[in-house]
Amino acid sequence: MGTQLTTTRTDQPDGPNPRPLPPVEQARRGRRTGRGEVSLLGGMGHLALFFWAVIVVVPIIWVFLASFKNTTEIFSSPWTLPAELRWENWGRAWTTARVGRYFLNSVIVVGCSTFLTMLLGSMAAYVLARYKFWGNRFIYYLFVSGLAFPVFLALVPLFFVVRNLGLLNTHTGLVLVYTAYSLPFTVFFLVAFFRTLPLSVAEAAMIDGASHTRLFFQVMLPMAKPGMISVTIFNIIGQWAQYQLPLVLLSNAKDKWVLTQGIADISVNAGYEADWSGLFAALTIAILPMIIVYAIFQRQIQNGLTAGTGK
Amino acid sequence: MRHGKYPFVIGFLAAPVLLYSVFVIAPYAQAFQISMTNWRGLSAPQWVGFDNYRQLVEDHRFWQAIQHHLVLLIALPLITIAIALFFSFMLNVAGKSSGGQRTGVWGSKFYRVVFFFPQVLAVAIIAVLFQTVYRPNESGLINGVLMKIGLDPILFLVNPNIALWSILGVLVWQAVGFYVVLFSAGIASIPGEIYEAAEMDGASRVTLFFRVTLPLLWDTLQVAWVYLGIAAFDAFAVVAVLSVDNGGPDGATTVLALEIYRNAFTYSKYGYASAMGVALFFLTITFAVFTLRVTKRESVEY
Repeated sequence: MGTQLTTTRTDQPDGPNPRPLPPVEQARRGRRTGRGEVSLLGGMGHLALFFWAVIVVVPIIWVFLASFKNTTEIFSSPWTLPAELRWENWGRAWTTARVGRYFLNSVIVVGCSTFLTMLLGSMAAYVLARYKFWGNRFIYYLFVSGLAFPVFLALVPLFFVVRNLGLLNTHTGLVLVYTAYSLPFTVFFLVAFFRTLPLSVAEAAMIDGASHTRLFFQVMLPMAKPGMISVTIFNIIGQWAQYQLPLVLLSNAKDKWVLTQGIADISVNAGYEADWSGLFAALTIAILPMIIVYAIFQRQIQNGLTAGTGK
Repeated sequence: MRHGKYPFVIGFLAAPVLLYSVFVIAPYAQAFQISMTNWRGLSAPQWVGFDNYRQLVEDHRFWQAIQHHLVLLIALPLITIAIALFFSFMLNVAGKSSGGQRTGVWGSKFYRVVFFFPQVLAVAIIAVLFQTVYRPNESGLINGVLMKIGLDPILFLVNPNIALWSILGVLVWQAVGFYVVLFSAGIASIPGEIYEAAEMDGASRVTLFFRVTLPLLWDTLQVAWVYLGIAAFDAFAVVAVLSVDNGGPDGATTVLALEIYRNAFTYSKYGYASAMGVALFFLTITFAVFTLRVTKRESVEY
């Protein structure tokens, strides 16, 4: 193909049909195909990338399709399309298996605790970053030390602390615990962020007579927006994925369970009840909103999570 | 400027510090104390000194869990970083260069979005997903295919020899995308001229990868290794939900976190579970300090 084009070009350089490639483009093509190593590595690389994309996507598509099948189809033809769209599987998962309830619980708990984490975390971080006072360093390291401790070390005493406060099996208890365990990272990240903000704006606002509190909420917080968004995303995803804390703190209140607990429980029960299509529907209901939210905000989510952990 | 500083500082710190002390600091401190008692929850705890730790050393399950952590500790970072590094090189550098600007291969943006996706799913949900993928009969995703073409099904979670590796597969499946994006950010900050110069000197892509990308990415790799190592010390949700019989078969997939949970909330052996927690804490800290020491290098300036 390349040689043919070259001859065409030399034969009629100014033909009416501008079919030949411009020389630069042609030179580049020649150079690229000329290097065997490139095409070999490139070819293998493309294949590997495609293969991994398939590995990521196929289980999810497969679960989605199975959510419309009945048990016979799931066993006899796991790889075919469902014969009909059995939405009743989804209905059963939503109401009978209470996925709707679990989903709502997760939204309530994560919504409240992320809000509380960001409010308290940014307040503490701001004070620690911008004010000199006795004990500043101590409190900062107290927060940051929480990053080094595995949650499982605290699990037993935490259970009794929450129980003694009468917060066992309540959403309030879970919200407070989520918030407390999200503070180390939130404070750590936001202290670094508040330190980068310029002093001059704060001073100007103070001269204009703003109080410390007003300065924080009306000047500093809006300026810290990029950092706040990153940490918020990090916290939402982390808290939404929580499994061991609700398992310990909500064990005896099935109507208060969050989504991860609920789905894990449905998965156990599906075996006894042989309701496999219900399990697939429940899984799909748990996964699909995540896919949609991720598809819309993927850039922010990727940036937020990597900024969140990459430092 | 100084007017009202202290009331403000105290007002802003009171609630976060109180919450943090009650739910985080106090439990951590108590855990060390409880680990020295024989507390079973009913009567008052009795001080037993290091008895729990002595018992721990003789506990077969404890050593099984430690062994699994060691396997995960080596395999999880090694496999995840190798795959992620290769992909991020493909997605950022391996494409054609135009005007000094390195680009990725065709479809880079698409791959980056797709690979990252498992990161936004909860681990417990992923574990349930893979329970259906790994199912040992024709209703499983993989065995459904194997049995259709006349092969024997693979007993991913039931065969004790491969159960841990099946779980490792899920952890890698979830993690790769995140590290692709993390490494991509690192690669993007390497100036294009360095590649350009190396290419001019006749460096192949393999050379580019090992002599340019890898050394300049060292700091990011170190961070990745620590994070994946810490993940290898947890793995609670995936083992608790995915493995047969909670860490089975016969403890073939158990991890410390699961043993802590089981001893505390199934057997009510709070003192013993706390001793395991302390062991987990020291293992994690040792690992992090050790890794940071061993991988310490002169960082390359550019």
